[in-house]
Amino acid sequence: MKHEKIETNSGLLIVLTLIVISIGGLVEIVPLYLIDSTVETVKVEGKDTIRPYTPLELAGRDIYLREGCYTCHSQMIRPFRDEALRYGHYSLAAESQYDHPFQWGSKRTGPDLARVGGKYSNQWHVQHLIAPRSVVPESIMPNYPWLMDTLLRYKDMPARMRALKKVGVPYSETEEEYQANVERFGEEVAGWLDIRRAEQNLLKQAVAGNYDGDNSDVTEMDALVAYLQVLGTMVDFSKFDEGYFASFR
Amino acid sequence: MSSKETHKPAVQTTGHAWDGDLQEFNNPLPRWWLWAFYATVVFAVIYWVIYPAWPLGRDYTKGLFNTITYETSDGRQVETHWNTRARFLREMQAARAKQEQILQRLAGVPYQEIAADRELSAFAYSMAKVLFADNCAACHQSGGAGVAGLYPNLADDAWLWGGTYAEIEQTIRNGRRGFMPSFARALDEQQLDDVATFVLSLSGFEVDPEAARRGGAIFNGQAGGCYYCHTHEGTGMTSQGAANLTDAVWTVARVQATAGVEANKEAVKAVIRKGIQREMPAWAGRLDDTEIRILTFYVHQLGGGQ
Repeated sequence: MKHEKIETNSGLLIVLTLIVISIGGLVEIVPLYLIDSTVETVKVEGKDTIRPYTPLELAGRDIYLREGCYTCHSQMIRPFRDEALRYGHYSLAAESQYDHPFQWGSKRTGPDLARVGGKYSNQWHVQHLIAPRSVVPESIMPNYPWLMDTLLRYKDMPARMRALKKVGVPYSETEEEYQANVERFGEEVAGWLDIRRAEQNLLKQAVAGNYDGDNSDVTEMDALVAYLQVLGTMVDFSKFDEGYFASFR
Repeated sequence: MSSKETHKPAVQTTGHAWDGDLQEFNNPLPRWWLWAFYATVVFAVIYWVIYPAWPLGRDYTKGLFNTITYETSDGRQVETHWNTRARFLREMQAARAKQEQILQRLAGVPYQEIAADRELSAFAYSMAKVLFADNCAACHQSGGAGVAGLYPNLADDAWLWGGTYAEIEQTIRNGRRGFMPSFARALDEQQLDDVATFVLSLSGFEVDPEAARRGGAIFNGQAGGCYYCHTHEGTGMTSQGAANLTDAVWTVARVQATAGVEANKEAVKAVIRKGIQREMPAWAGRLDDTEIRILTFYVHQLGGGQ
């Protein structure tokens, strides 16, 4: 076909462009659904150790999205030596399997947060979010003081969990689903994932964790710190052989 | 020269004109560009053969003549098709092998020996500097000076949890929970004032001796019971993380020698009223044993190691 024909016929040009682009898309995306090793199996004693977020962590994640943390922070440690030395074990696909949308990111203005959980104390996170430069003088992160003063809105947690359930996150709403979660994650975790107990679970975790150091109320700070403290902590890499996760590639 | 002649194209055009005289050349692509394009096609084909490339239903082409061998934790050699994770493992293992000799020495010898050996201490120092910046500086600051009131200074002579190698290592490995109860309910305003006065007197402030005496009685009596952790002399107890109150080093109350007694007393009172609840995370799962040793060595030599 002469290229004049295509270039002077916009309808044909559009159709052919779409075909070329969709070939690229299909070749890259479809196999990820078909090839079994895409998402690693991470089981300890027969139970999945990577679980969906608890209601409080989920609320914190929503604040993370609302405040646009992802514009500066990635959550994806690549399998490079320099990244491993700084951030820890490379991220697994399985670790973001319940993230919708995932927070891998492509820009690191701030450090990667994929394994920030447990690295700092709650107190540090609270202070750092309110006034980053009071602990990291060279930081250019904005202050987020309102997190400490804003009460967490959590009445709609069941609805948010239901929405995620629709896209495949195993939150349970019936006794059957709950039992399936007990089988898959163990009883304790299954309890956290039950939509029927969402509000009660959220308050329980906020009080027990006392993330913002003030137990008189549940603030957005409680939720965000709970989320940050769980990031990258669900896989105990000491329980797996060094080569195990490479065998999935 | 007439304008018509200058606009007459010397090469083939696409045959239409816009705006009266705007025409479009229809040149063939430059030769170099065309060959570069063909070269990328050839490159792609070679790449498909050598690297994992094409999906085949539930599997994919793994690439030929291109394998990576790495060692598993239990010492088996595994040969696999090229992939970034295997390449990463091999890279980490190669780097470890290069440093193995010196790392093994660092893991095995007593700390005093590291300090005495120039090669070992230089290696430990430069490695620790990076580890410290990545893991510790967020709280303790890049020079180890900490943040007054929040994160202890590691560069001075005062140690809350002890400044020997063993104690520092213990602190890094398992973390610490600093706790002092709140005395807001146990002591009234006057008592708080007296205890704070007594505490300041321990560090050589000029205070009302009568108030200090009353404060001392509370400090060392049942009302305050401060001596449980801070001892009768106020010298503190590293097993409890209780500060030495006699050394004029203030880790929580923001006390400055120039600020005057009243301001200092308010700062000390605030601490007694509110208590202390702070936490250092445990690093055992995040850093390996040798890294913890190297950091211990580094923190010890920042200043005041015992």
